Amino acid sequence: MALYLPIAEMSVNILVLLGMGAAVGFLSGMFGVGGGFLITPLLIFYNIPPAVAVATGANQIVASSVSGVLSHLKRGGVDFKLGAVLLAGGLIGSTMGVYVYSLLRGIGQLDLIVSILYVVFLGTVGGLMLFESVRALRRARSGEVVSLRRPGQHTWVHKLPFKMRFKTSRLYVSVIPVLGLGAVIGMLAAIMGVGGGFIMVPAMIYLLKVPTNVVIGTSLFQIIFVAAYTTVVQAVTNQTVDVMLALLLMIGGVAGAQYGARAGQRLRGEQLRAMLAILVLLVALRLAYTLFIVPDELFTLTVGGVL
Amino acid sequence: MGLRRAVILVALAAGLTGTPAAAQEAAPVGDTDAAAAANAAEQARVPERIEIGLSTETVAITSDFTGQALTIFGAIDNVDPLVHRQGRYDIFVILEGPRSELVARRKDRVFGIWMNVESQSFDNTPQSYLIASTRLARDITSLDTLARLSLGVGQIRVQPHPDKKQAREVEQFTSALRRLKRGDGLYQEFPGGVRFISQSLFRAELALPANVPLGQHRARAYLFRNGELVGQTEAPLRIAKAGFEYAVSDFARTQSLYYGLTSVLLALFVGWLGRIVFRKD
Repeated sequence: MALYLPIAEMSVNILVLLGMGAAVGFLSGMFGVGGGFLITPLLIFYNIPPAVAVATGANQIVASSVSGVLSHLKRGGVDFKLGAVLLAGGLIGSTMGVYVYSLLRGIGQLDLIVSILYVVFLGTVGGLMLFESVRALRRARSGEVVSLRRPGQHTWVHKLPFKMRFKTSRLYVSVIPVLGLGAVIGMLAAIMGVGGGFIMVPAMIYLLKVPTNVVIGTSLFQIIFVAAYTTVVQAVTNQTVDVMLALLLMIGGVAGAQYGARAGQRLRGEQLRAMLAILVLLVALRLAYTLFIVPDELFTLTVGGVL
Repeated sequence: MGLRRAVILVALAAGLTGTPAAAQEAAPVGDTDAAAAANAAEQARVPERIEIGLSTETVAITSDFTGQALTIFGAIDNVDPLVHRQGRYDIFVILEGPRSELVARRKDRVFGIWMNVESQSFDNTPQSYLIASTRLARDITSLDTLARLSLGVGQIRVQPHPDKKQAREVEQFTSALRRLKRGDGLYQEFPGGVRFISQSLFRAELALPANVPLGQHRARAYLFRNGELVGQTEAPLRIAKAGFEYAVSDFARTQSLYYGLTSVLLALFVGWLGRIVFRKD
């Protein structure tokens, strides 16, 4: 089953894309992440032009995040106020990100920077998460109570000014790190075509000390808006959003996500985190491999001018 | 032994084409005779003309496009039946894509990481180039003629944008350009792709790849007699998205803000619908 994509201007197999969306959706539902960090490299691997993969990835993330937020909303797991502040930062970051993206594309270093960002962020986050979850698994085996949140514990983050109270998260914290975190994630979203859940979730847990039950819902809530904004900005500045491609991925993705969420409920938190960590590390290693190993073809060809 | 067999073969060939050359005679003498006779006849004859016709002026790309065979028909006026029977007419048919600036980049190792370092841009280079011929190009005419008319993937004229690079390095980029284009199926040769269907009619079979560039293409045809160019012609062909594909990409280009907003609304709707349809809790 072939389909000619109107923006990517190439012929693709419908079933491959539906399957890709479903597989990533399953994993994202299971681990509570958007799955953008998997879908964008997969699309590039399937020969979709990187520019289209990144911009379309953002569009697909809107759908998977909406689906996820709706299920978290029912359990009261969304802190709208915290989400709104993160979002304010996110929009600033995203605008900068799209600009940086056009700039990098012009000088021919987009692929390199995207790969390096993936390797650095996935490697760091995956490594930390694996370390933490293995320790938690060991402790759980020896019978200790595992809690990520130790109330009353303060770090440098809590000494910053402009504090704000977030009721749902039972949090009293400066807006600076919240805005900053939102901005960094927004920028990454634009450059890497990811929602940033895989960075946002650990950062909210470990840095801001947001309780785990509201982390995923809130992260997804703000990702909807950042991804929607990125989609529109990419559509206007680079015209690389392929709505047909996004639609195929979304359909596979939302179906897979609901089944994945159910599978995830049968596993314990630290087991899930360890598995997600391994998955993240594998993607990082795969991308690092292409950076360090001699490529088969040293030359690449693009249409259009140099900056 | 080898020599005798060669002579017999020449004799047989001469017999088949009806040249009155004795079997014992050396072949070259008969050949020059025939050529002289042909030259004399040529002066009295009206020169050949080649024409091509495309069944359509536009190739429409719709959602099921995965590449397409393209047949170009053509005719030769004032065919010399003798030359035709001897198979001395040869035809090239080329479909050349829109021209644009292309940039080739080369990766090098920098601090252990492979990244794009050097680049070379090429002005006014065809994005695609499909060529069909009656037989192998080098059997038809001289390399000089092939290069002059840019007949063949190796002969496409590329114009490296002048900069400080050395000639040898520019040559590396030029050959990389041809190699990559060939690999993508955008520069292709179809020797034997042109067939005569009658004395004066011929058809050229080209295969448009799935990634064929959109825009204004140019079909060119060249007629050779005895390795000499005797006629040429060209016709335009537009390759464009049609129907739904056209509507979507036109929307994305001309109304990009509304296109972006529509994409987002669609995503919101699919996300919500997915939750309703596949809800498992």
